[in-house]
Amino acid sequence: MDAIRTVTPRAAAFEVEDPIIRVRDLVSGFGTTTVLDGVSLDVARGEILGCVGASGIGKSVMLRTIVGLLPRRAGTITVFGADPARLGARARRALERRWGVLFQHGALFSSLTVRQNVQFPMREHLRLSRRLMDEVAVAKLEMVGLSADVCEKTPSELSGGMIKRVALARALALDPEIVFLDEPTSGLDPIGAAEFDSLIKTLQRTLGLTVFMVTHDLDSLHAVCDRIAVLADRQVITVGTMATMLASEHPWVRAYFRGTRSRARRVA
Amino acid sequence: MSDALLDISLKDGRLALAASGAWTAERAGDLERRIDSAAKRARSATTVEIRMGGVERLDTFGAWLLERLVRAVASAGREAQVVDLPERYRDLLEEAHRANRTAVSAPRTNPLGDALETLGRGTVGILRDLVLIVQMFGEVAVALLRVLVRPWTFRFTSTVHHLDRVGWRAVPVILLMTFLLGCIIAQQGIFHFRRFGVEVYVVDMVGILVLREIGVLMTAIMIAGRSGSAYTAELGSMKMREEIDALRTMGFDPLEVLVLPRLVALVIALPALAFVGSMAALYGAGLVCQLYGMSPEVFLARLKDAISLDDFLVGMIKAPFMALVIGVVASVEGLQVKGSAESLGLNTTASVVKAIFLMIGLDGAFAIFFASIGM
Repeated sequence: MDAIRTVTPRAAAFEVEDPIIRVRDLVSGFGTTTVLDGVSLDVARGEILGCVGASGIGKSVMLRTIVGLLPRRAGTITVFGADPARLGARARRALERRWGVLFQHGALFSSLTVRQNVQFPMREHLRLSRRLMDEVAVAKLEMVGLSADVCEKTPSELSGGMIKRVALARALALDPEIVFLDEPTSGLDPIGAAEFDSLIKTLQRTLGLTVFMVTHDLDSLHAVCDRIAVLADRQVITVGTMATMLASEHPWVRAYFRGTRSRARRVA
Repeated sequence: MSDALLDISLKDGRLALAASGAWTAERAGDLERRIDSAAKRARSATTVEIRMGGVERLDTFGAWLLERLVRAVASAGREAQVVDLPERYRDLLEEAHRANRTAVSAPRTNPLGDALETLGRGTVGILRDLVLIVQMFGEVAVALLRVLVRPWTFRFTSTVHHLDRVGWRAVPVILLMTFLLGCIIAQQGIFHFRRFGVEVYVVDMVGILVLREIGVLMTAIMIAGRSGSAYTAELGSMKMREEIDALRTMGFDPLEVLVLPRLVALVIALPALAFVGSMAALYGAGLVCQLYGMSPEVFLARLKDAISLDDFLVGMIKAPFMALVIGVVASVEGLQVKGSAESLGLNTTASVVKAIFLMIGLDGAFAIFFASIGM
């Protein structure tokens, strides 16, 4: 516990002005286990926030709690200035339209083609002509670096990297303001992962996205994240830029950012 | 909302378009109509100018529609001038500019051709299924021989586990179903036979029907629905998650490890269940007869005269063969599952339907066989 106090000199280090997502004292978990206990975090509009932590520490739980897939036990979550859990069904649907989620394994609908997968949110939320949906779906697929010939394929015919790209295109289908990415580069080779990183960066710039990203990938953190939040001991122990992380004296943060794998990266 | 999104004015061959409001996904439907009518007007114009200064928000939908308009104007031989575009949207527009450059070849559709294709594929599918079933029979036979040569490799624990699942736990539902079936057959029989005053022949009918056909067939159908589908779903999801490939790489034969114990369990369980089921049906029939005034002594005495050991054997001999059909079809279908959730559902359905169909075919073949050997 001493170590935590030394790395968080100010209690409000996680606060930013005009946050798009604001999490305060969040308690969450499943069954009888409490995974998160008193998590507080702000995500600023237009930034890419990377969330790191040891395996099983609750990064995905945090993401799933924010988007409402897991119920929270205490604390407040405000997204776009409203608490999703307190909204009525209609307002909640409108809110969900403004964010997109990329699941770790893509979660593409296996019975639909790639085109239908990307069009699915449009079809359900908007009233658009078929032609426009087709054109926008292809445009989205091209934006994530796929060619138009994947349209009629089914998810089982795609490689892991392509599944992630299609899933990203689907998450972006309605031009959301926030995208949640759950380990976007896991399972990709370093070249594919680097391409995916630059893709996220480009999309964030062109579409003005806010990105909340759960990741294990040090390269991703270096390449794209504006700020990094570290989850340990059921809490966000430190938030800041890469420089802050490298200066941190918390044993886990040190081991993570200054361990052998990260050193190898900087030498290379 | 009264904003028109796109103000169109045509003067002296000059088409001036002024964008306003939010060019976003929510308004894309309205915007598309405005864009298309602007594109139509552009044909009669000499110059086209699109003022984007008034646009409040622009997303991919709006950017694409603008790009579509620019392309439509270009294809009419004019050049559209986009002016006053806010700087922050320049990247997005570049992105839209690159999109949809390659024509997507729409899949060819020809109703007659498609129908013929479906028919052809269906026919080939049936033949392929038959080949696969025969092949599975062969593979199971080889696996069985291997196990007979090295009996210690037989998965005894697994077999007992499956025996518990498909045999013991199926007893209540089989008992209930066949009991009710026996009751119904007896009641219907009495109801009709009474008109001719030959109620006592109901016992003959129930006895022969239940022992030769209904007992085993109904039990087998129930088991195909209950356990055949479970086998297919289990093997299918194991295939989806590469568990079967994992077994192979560790030097195990999935057939020996997964299929054989299930099949053996089924071959043991089904005759036992068919026997229990037949007895329950006869018991139900006896109860109904008593309700209609036939004493149990008369029922039993009549039953003793009406049925022979042959009737019982005919039913029992069929049971293990039906179990084999259920097990083999379930395994074939399970191992055919592809990556998607849909294919798991399709194969599970196919497993039950094909197993029941083949069992009834088999039952017919047995009926001919037993008739010709005089059983």
